[in-house]
Amino acid sequence: MLEITGLCAGVDGKEILRGIDLSVGAGEVHAIMGPNGSGKSTLAGVLAGRPEFDVTSGSIQYQGQDLLEMEPEDRAREGIFLAFQYPVEIPGVNNAYLLKAALNEVRKHRGEEELDAMEFMALAKEQLEVLQMNADLLNRPVNDGFSGGEKKRNEIFQMAVLEPKLAILDETDSGLDIDALRIVSNGVNTLRSPERSTIVVTHYQRLLNYIVPDVVHVLSGGRIVKSGGKDIALELEAKGYGWIDGVTTEVSV
Amino acid sequence: MSTATETIEQLANQDYKYGFVTDVEADTIPKGLSEDVIRLISAKKEEPEWLLEWRLKAYRLWTSMTEPTWPNVEYDPIDYQAISYYSAPKKKPQLESMNEVDPEIRSTFEKLGIPLEEQKMLAGVAVDAVFDSVSVATTFREKLADIGVIFCPFSEAVREHPDLVRKYVGTVVPYSDNFFAALNSAVFSDGSFAYIPKGVKCPMELSTYFRINAASTGQFERTLIVADEGASVSYLEGCTAPMRDENQLHAAVVELVALDNATIKYSTVQNWYPGDKDGKGGIYNFVTKRGTAAGRNSTITWTQVETGSAITWKYPGCILQGDNSVGEFYSVAVTNNRQQADTGTKMVHIGKNTRSTIISKGISAGRGQNTYRGLVRMGKGATDARNYSQCDSLLIGDRCGAHTFPYLEVRNTSSQVEHEASTSKIGEDQIFYCRQRGLSTEDAVNMIVNGFCKEVFRELPMEFAVEAQKLLGVSLEGSVG
Repeated sequence: MLEITGLCAGVDGKEILRGIDLSVGAGEVHAIMGPNGSGKSTLAGVLAGRPEFDVTSGSIQYQGQDLLEMEPEDRAREGIFLAFQYPVEIPGVNNAYLLKAALNEVRKHRGEEELDAMEFMALAKEQLEVLQMNADLLNRPVNDGFSGGEKKRNEIFQMAVLEPKLAILDETDSGLDIDALRIVSNGVNTLRSPERSTIVVTHYQRLLNYIVPDVVHVLSGGRIVKSGGKDIALELEAKGYGWIDGVTTEVSV
Repeated sequence: MSTATETIEQLANQDYKYGFVTDVEADTIPKGLSEDVIRLISAKKEEPEWLLEWRLKAYRLWTSMTEPTWPNVEYDPIDYQAISYYSAPKKKPQLESMNEVDPEIRSTFEKLGIPLEEQKMLAGVAVDAVFDSVSVATTFREKLADIGVIFCPFSEAVREHPDLVRKYVGTVVPYSDNFFAALNSAVFSDGSFAYIPKGVKCPMELSTYFRINAASTGQFERTLIVADEGASVSYLEGCTAPMRDENQLHAAVVELVALDNATIKYSTVQNWYPGDKDGKGGIYNFVTKRGTAAGRNSTITWTQVETGSAITWKYPGCILQGDNSVGEFYSVAVTNNRQQADTGTKMVHIGKNTRSTIISKGISAGRGQNTYRGLVRMGKGATDARNYSQCDSLLIGDRCGAHTFPYLEVRNTSSQVEHEASTSKIGEDQIFYCRQRGLSTEDAVNMIVNGFCKEVFRELPMEFAVEAQKLLGVSLEGSVG
C-alpha cells in the first residue's frame, strides 16, 4: 500500500524529517507516536501533499505510484484521506455541499457515476446513523462554529463517506472527551477492512485502547526510533518516552 | 507564490468572453459636447420641446460643476470633448418586428446569450436590447400591453406616453443631483421605460440588455420604472462591451418610483469590459441609481453583481418616504487585476417605521481595490425606523485592498441602526483542505467565493443566480494562489 524510504522533509529550510522508512500493508493499522516536535504531523502533512513542506530526499510509493509527483487533489482522488489535526473552517460553504463535491470528484476519478443530491443525502444520512452522529452536521457551514469535538467527528464522517484506501488520522483524539473519543474510534473501526490501511498519529496511548494497532512506531527527532507491537504503546504510557534509546524529548515546533 | 496563488492568478486572468466588436454601419455624431450637440441628439430622437429645454438646463448646470474627487478610485482625467455622445446602428426606421433587427446586431445578442426572437426566449422574460445609444428590440410587448404594462425604449415612451415620462423623470434623480447625473440628463440617449399599472403583478421578468459597441463613444442611458399602487415588478439589467484599449464612459441614471403597496425589485449583473490585466482599457461605470419608496408599505430592492468595469462608482439608493416602506440593497462587487470599485448604497429614512437592509460582499483579487461606501440616514420623522447593515470583504492574495466607509446619520431617538463588518482572506489552509478532499484549486476558490456571496445570490431571479455564479467564477479566474 505505502512504502516510505529515506524520507527527509522540512519547512522553510528547517529539516524536520530526517530519514523515515515505513512500510504499511493493505488492511494494516499503524500507530505513530512520539513526543512534541518529533515530526508526526509533518509526516502526515507530507503524505497529504501540504504545500508548505519541502521534501528534500527519499521516496514514497503509494499503490505503486510515485506519491510525491501527485497533486494533493490527485492523492485524495486516489484514496488518501487526512483527518486534520485542526479542521479548517469555511464560512458560507455548506458541509454537505463540500462533501458531495468531494465524493463526486473521487467517483469521477474512479470512473463511477456522479451522485445527484438525493442519492448523496441518502448515503450521507446512512453514514451518520452508523456513526451515531447528528444529521444537522450536514446543513451547517464547514466546521464554522463547530466545537472541537464536532470538528473531529466531522472529519470521521467525511472519511466514512469518502471511503479512503489510506486514512491518516492526525491527532484526531486530542481535545476529545471520552464519549467523543468512543464515537470517533467506532467510526474508524467500522471502516477497518482488509483493503483499507490506517495511520493513526497520536500523543497518547488512550486512543489505542479503542483503535488497536497492528504496529506502533515511535518517532523522535525526525526518525523512527522504535517499531513493534501494541505493547510498546502501553510501555510508553507507563514510562514516558525517556526509556527508548535515541529519543530526544526537547519541545520544539 | 504558492501553487494555490498561481492558480488564483490564472483564474483571474481568463479572457473576457464578450470582448468582440460587431461590424455594423453606425450613425455616430462627431466627438465633442456643446449645446448644439444636445440639440442634435434631441432632434435625432424627435423629442418634444420640454425635454430639450430640460436637457439644456442640465447641460448648463453641468458646465459649472466639477467632477467628484471623493471616491476612492484613481484614473486619468476624462476629456469630455473626446467622446462621441451618440452612436446608433444605421438602417433603423421604426422596427415593425424582430425580423427587421439588423442580423449583425441580432447575432451579437445571440452571442451574448440574449436571443431576441420571442419563441427562443427564456420563458417569462421580456427583453429590451440597447445597442450603443438606441434600443434595437423589445420583446413580449403585446403580451405585456394586454394587462396594461408598458415596457418600451425610453425614447419611445417620450413620444407615446409623454405625460407619464414628464410626471416622473428627474423626480428621483434630479439633473442637479451630481456631476454624472447632470451629464446624463443633458445627453442621455436610450434606456428602458416600464410602467406597471395599479394592482398589476407583472407576470414576467423585465430585462434590459445593454451593449456598448462603437469606439470612442459613451453610453448614457436612462431608465425609469414606475410601479403604481399595489403593483409589483422584477427587472434585470445586464451589460457587456468590446475589449478596447481606451477607456469608455458609461454614465447612466436609473429612477424607480414605487407608490402605495408597490414592489420593485431591480437586479443588475454588470459585466462591462474590465480592462486587461495591466489596467489598460475598460469601462468607467459612473452610475446614479435611486428609487423612491414613495407610497406606504412600498418596497424597493436593489440586487447587484458587479464583476466588470475598470472603475465602478455606483450607489443604488432608496428614499424611504412612505410609512412602513422597505429598502433593500444586496451587492456583490468583484475587483480583480487593476479594477477599482467604490460602491454601496444610500438608505434615506423619511417615513415612520421604515426598514432597510444592506448586505454588501466585496471581493478583491489581484491588485483590485474594493470600497464599500454607504449612507444610512434616519430623518426626524422616521420614528421607529430600523436599519441593518452587513459589509463583508474577502481578500484573495496579498496585493489587493478592501475599504469600508459607512456613514450613519440619526436624527431621532427611536430608530435603530446596526452595522456589522468583517474582512477575511481565502486562506491557503482552506484551499488545501478542499484539495485534500479531492477538489481542484479552482473549484475550491469558486466554492468559497460562492459561499461568501450566497446571501446576495439568493436574491437574484433563479436563472440569473446561476449565471451570476458562473460569471463570478470567470471574473476570478487566475486570481488564486
